[in-house]
Amino acid sequence: MFINFFLNLKAKGVPVTLHEWLMLHRALAANLSDCSLTRFYHIARSILVKNEIHFDRYDVAFLDTFAGIETTDELLDRVLSCLRQTRDLQLTEEEKQELDELDLDEVLRNFERQLIEQRNDKDYSSDYGGNRHIGTSGTSTQGAWGYNPAGIRIGQGKSRNKRAVQVAERRAFKNYAGDRTLDTRQMKVALSHLRSLLPAGEGERLNVDATIDATCKNAGEIELIWETKVKKASKVILLMDVGGSMTPYSEMVERLFSAAASQISRFKHFYFHNCIYQDLRTDMDGNSTIPTLDYLKAEETDYKVIIVGDAEMAPSELTWVNGAVDYWYYNDEPGLTWLQRVRDTFPDIIWLNPLYSHRWRSIKSVRMIREIFPMFELTLEGLDEGIRFLMQGKSRLHQAG
Amino acid sequence: MDHFKGTDDYVISPELRDSVNVSISLGRPLVVKGEPGTGKTLLAHAIARGLDKKLFIWNIKSTTKAQEGLYVYDTVKRLNDARFGDQDVSDISQYIKLGKLGEAFASKEQVVLIIDEIDKAELEFPNDLLNELDEMSFYIPETGETITAEHRPIVIITSNSEKELPDPFLRRCVFHYIEFPDQDLMEEIVRVHFPSLETKVLREALKKFYWVRRFDMLRKKPSTSELIDWLQALQIGGIPSKKITKELPFLGTLLKKKEDIDLVQNSGDTPHYSYTTSKRSRRVY
Repeated sequence: MFINFFLNLKAKGVPVTLHEWLMLHRALAANLSDCSLTRFYHIARSILVKNEIHFDRYDVAFLDTFAGIETTDELLDRVLSCLRQTRDLQLTEEEKQELDELDLDEVLRNFERQLIEQRNDKDYSSDYGGNRHIGTSGTSTQGAWGYNPAGIRIGQGKSRNKRAVQVAERRAFKNYAGDRTLDTRQMKVALSHLRSLLPAGEGERLNVDATIDATCKNAGEIELIWETKVKKASKVILLMDVGGSMTPYSEMVERLFSAAASQISRFKHFYFHNCIYQDLRTDMDGNSTIPTLDYLKAEETDYKVIIVGDAEMAPSELTWVNGAVDYWYYNDEPGLTWLQRVRDTFPDIIWLNPLYSHRWRSIKSVRMIREIFPMFELTLEGLDEGIRFLMQGKSRLHQAG
Repeated sequence: MDHFKGTDDYVISPELRDSVNVSISLGRPLVVKGEPGTGKTLLAHAIARGLDKKLFIWNIKSTTKAQEGLYVYDTVKRLNDARFGDQDVSDISQYIKLGKLGEAFASKEQVVLIIDEIDKAELEFPNDLLNELDEMSFYIPETGETITAEHRPIVIITSNSEKELPDPFLRRCVFHYIEFPDQDLMEEIVRVHFPSLETKVLREALKKFYWVRRFDMLRKKPSTSELIDWLQALQIGGIPSKKITKELPFLGTLLKKKEDIDLVQNSGDTPHYSYTTSKRSRRVY
């Protein structure tokens, strides 16, 4: 049944499995959607989609599958078939003539009578008896029949159809989609992703040796000694590009990570403009700095390092001596050398880029930096992927390209 | 089959009601996600009341282990009892204490079980419960006993998405994301709590409430529960609707962080900014 929908979902990147697809069919078999496309939309979503970041893709797939289904879709057929009986009745020539001749009250009476007859009809009850919903809605719209029966009946089917599609069309969950650049509303969710930087902690556990000792000393009176396993501290350094093209992002990123700082036991952050040179800024305005080289030498190398920047700059800023974008700033060594030094100091390091990844290939400086650092998009998905990459130690294996 | 329709004091959207009924009829756990304060936990209470079933609450903490929900074998007590030989300790079953999940399975009638804030636990926690929730049964090796649910309990699982839940776990569940209620639904919800509140005051307060929520830079956006607190304060204080429009009284009940309060108070009346480069937003940091 409408397997296209399943394939469409797959094609749009919703991770739906056969297991869930079968579950949906069980729900449909139980007639939980009650022949309504709107309810089908919600029920199918609750079964097939397990994360709100995929709701938007679901909407797109739903539109693709069901937007044009005036009469072709089997589901709509079911709705219409429930109503077909009355339509046939209305469209006979005889009936039309009668309609023309009769006045309004008579039409109504006539219709009511026929409806009752139809109800008693064995055919009707066997075919449509199960669909209580259609039956009741049919009777409830009765009063309006005298005016334009055909219009109302079809309109009903249509509006129901439209509503689900409209819901999908609205695409209210666009902001939840995982592949959008982070905006503030997602920060809280993004933060929670950073929590995976924390190593899993063990609770209390019984120290057997100490317990035996203590119990012996107590002359057999059992005394339990518990020990708390010390949580391994997670250590994170954030290096952030501020100013210039990063301005729209920097404040957001700053907030994101400063909130994260409370959860990460050892957190340090520094700033740079476009590229890292011999001085690391310790505040956003660049008023106070520390020498990069000294810092790299002194720092413990088991920090996880996250660099945030758009890596969009003139290639000369990376390759030239005195190439730094700030004209009063003189660098003895080209930016690339400094970046390589940072890379060599910290084996676990990633670069998060707020630019969409499809643009990366067209920017020369991005390509150059990607040869040094593994780069990820600054989106929920990218952040997830990047942090997993970092935690699994894959950045140690990162090869140029 | 039971069909949940909602209760008098819990306003439910038709979509959520459908999700609940799908979950009940398929016998699958319902995972409910959404902003804090959208009534995720209350849902289970409402279902239990609406269907007249017993409710089991299993609150998850960061240290909770999956095993605890099934049963706990109190070895220490047994060891203690064994010391003087005055008690028969050979019957292990007296030291087996069922957890919330175990109790729900063992119950003679169908019950509602809520596993509250499952994302608080460690990442592996949900995976440890996969089979148990699938089969609705588990095995106690110590006694060789198998506890099987006679009636599959209605399982509601809430999550604040502090951690992502593992895919294999989610595959076995029905999922619902509670959107923050819009102004109309919110009015309905609030009416349940304050039947006597003046409509004008309520409208004005809601308008203001949604205005505050539109600040993207808020560290913590006020939720339904905070709105209800605020309205309570307004009601007790007897604040007229005009005053609400003008000066936002009792802001402290809505916003819990000093930065947020400053942000809203300094914002004046109209401007909203998400992340701008203006000087004003810089002050927030």
